[in-house]
Amino acid sequence: MAHPRPEVAFAPWDDPEAKPLIQFKNVTKRFGDFTAIEDLTLDIYAKEFFALLGPSGCGKTTLMRMLGGFETPSEGTILLDGVDIGPVPPNERPVNMMFQSYALFPHLSVWDNIAFGLKRSAMPKDQIGDRVEKMLKLTQLGKFAKRKPHQISGGQRQRVALARALAKAPKLLLLDEPLGALDKKLRHETQFELMDIQETTGTTFVIVTHDQEEAMTVASRVAVMTEGKLAQVATPDQIYEAPNSTYVADFIGDVNIIEGTVEVPEKGAADTAVTIRWANHKAPINAYSDRHLPAASSVHFAIRPEKVAISSEAPEAANVVEGKILDIAYLGNISTYHVEVAPGMVIKAQATNNRRISRRNLTWEDHVYLSWTDTAGVVLTE
Amino acid sequence: MRRFTWFNATALTFGFAFLYLPMLILISYSFNESRLVTVWAGFSTKWYGELLQNEQFLKAAWVTLKVAFWSSTLATVLGTMAAYIMVRAGRFRGRGLFSGMIYAPLVMPEVITGLSLLLFFIAIGLDRGVLTIVLAHTTFAMCYVSVVVTSRLVSFDRSLEEAALDLGCTPFDAFRSVTLPIILPAVISGWLLAFTLSLDDLVIASFTSGPSSTTLPIKIFSAVRLGVTPEINALSTLMIGIVTVGVIAASLVSRASTIKARADEQRANQT
Repeated sequence: MAHPRPEVAFAPWDDPEAKPLIQFKNVTKRFGDFTAIEDLTLDIYAKEFFALLGPSGCGKTTLMRMLGGFETPSEGTILLDGVDIGPVPPNERPVNMMFQSYALFPHLSVWDNIAFGLKRSAMPKDQIGDRVEKMLKLTQLGKFAKRKPHQISGGQRQRVALARALAKAPKLLLLDEPLGALDKKLRHETQFELMDIQETTGTTFVIVTHDQEEAMTVASRVAVMTEGKLAQVATPDQIYEAPNSTYVADFIGDVNIIEGTVEVPEKGAADTAVTIRWANHKAPINAYSDRHLPAASSVHFAIRPEKVAISSEAPEAANVVEGKILDIAYLGNISTYHVEVAPGMVIKAQATNNRRISRRNLTWEDHVYLSWTDTAGVVLTE
Repeated sequence: MRRFTWFNATALTFGFAFLYLPMLILISYSFNESRLVTVWAGFSTKWYGELLQNEQFLKAAWVTLKVAFWSSTLATVLGTMAAYIMVRAGRFRGRGLFSGMIYAPLVMPEVITGLSLLLFFIAIGLDRGVLTIVLAHTTFAMCYVSVVVTSRLVSFDRSLEEAALDLGCTPFDAFRSVTLPIILPAVISGWLLAFTLSLDDLVIASFTSGPSSTTLPIKIFSAVRLGVTPEINALSTLMIGIVTVGVIAASLVSRASTIKARADEQRANQT
């Protein structure tokens, strides 16, 4: 799902020499008795498009508001370019924010909204006009400069909010659910616009979203949050392919999670090979793990439905399970088959509908075989 | 379910008659030719003409307008500030007490407010005159302004202020250039309300006025004790007119802004 980047792979987080733009150091935020953020440490690098992803109430908005200066950490420090920004008020931070409600000033025109921040900066008056025009051009709003916010559409308003936040060329741009108010189609278009603008301006973006697809599409790295903590921080493909816990695996996309116990390895098997017994009278699952798992420890095996093949005849594969089709969800381009492989145990398998519906040979109650390779899934201990 | 019935019509007539018949009689007698108040002798506007010749009344009217202008302006500034703090400061120690104390003068008997102000002015040695009436009127009008402005601020999107701060405004600049322009209709209608309240106040003004600073209501009240003249009727009619215009203007301003806000919201939802 990661979008291809033309240049050399951008990965400052793998470079031990790279200096992060933002550093959260053991940050805790409490509201009365409620702990919104708990002992969080996180580095964000310059030019990143960083996504904070999580369900509502996980602390992602609080984290962003601390960057904007609207909340101060109860404990710990936040460094921007090596400087502690804790005591700096929002109007003196080189950080701008795009609000979820856009927060456009209703009494000012589009032009004046964009110029609002510039008029309060050290920028000479004669340069403000040029800068505003540049922003209008960047966001394709030239025609609407004279209009008031209520005279333009939702998508245009979203772009005004973006232009206004970018006008002061901040070191860091915060986006709070920027596309939440747009309909699905417009949201997809705007995601690509956002990525283009981020690349053109070279600004560091931090986006808060609860939409996992959006985070996967736009971000260079994604932080999955739960209950004030980071569950995993990684690139979108790592998050999807190699989640570090059942929580992350389950939160991102669709997944089959199978509980089991590790069997004593066979003699001569590779160190990383794992066999998992998950049901009586069933062949154990063969998989690989990046660390050694002691025998008899209980684990979860997670596998994405699209990595499970379905067929009516027994295939040759590392893992083959028999089952009966309970349900078929037809989504047009793909179908998801719910296959009961043991009483009460359903595995989802996805197949592309490359044949017309009338020619499909699988139907309800059919006896089928599910199969996957030994590298298709991940073994999780948490 | 809007249906005309005799019951509805009667109820309506009686209700309105109860409210407005006395005023209608007063207004119609202000156009009476005769000097005798209760005897109709034909239509005339001569009492209005004579009113304009009466220097005492004109002077009192001028004092009243001055007092109303300054007290409503002061009350608007203080009331808006109080409302802003009540809505924005969140929870602080003594918030309940503070808000209770802002609204207390709304229910306090005017006689008591007037008396306490009188004692206060004597205690600090302030000579009674226009200034003392302005201060007294500010005191009781600011809670009305605060009620009007609070109701507007409650529905105000806080992220607008945060956006202003984020774009480099100091908190005061954010209030001046973002919050105030948006809540202005409420502030104006608060001012108009304070102006009308000050214009027709008799009780508090009579406690706090001095010999040189008689307001119109006091003047009318003392004149009536010597007998009602058609001149007083004419004057009262004018005052009814001014107050009516003030109240209607205040409600129009706030209604226009509500309608506009709703229309904006609708347009926003459609797009």
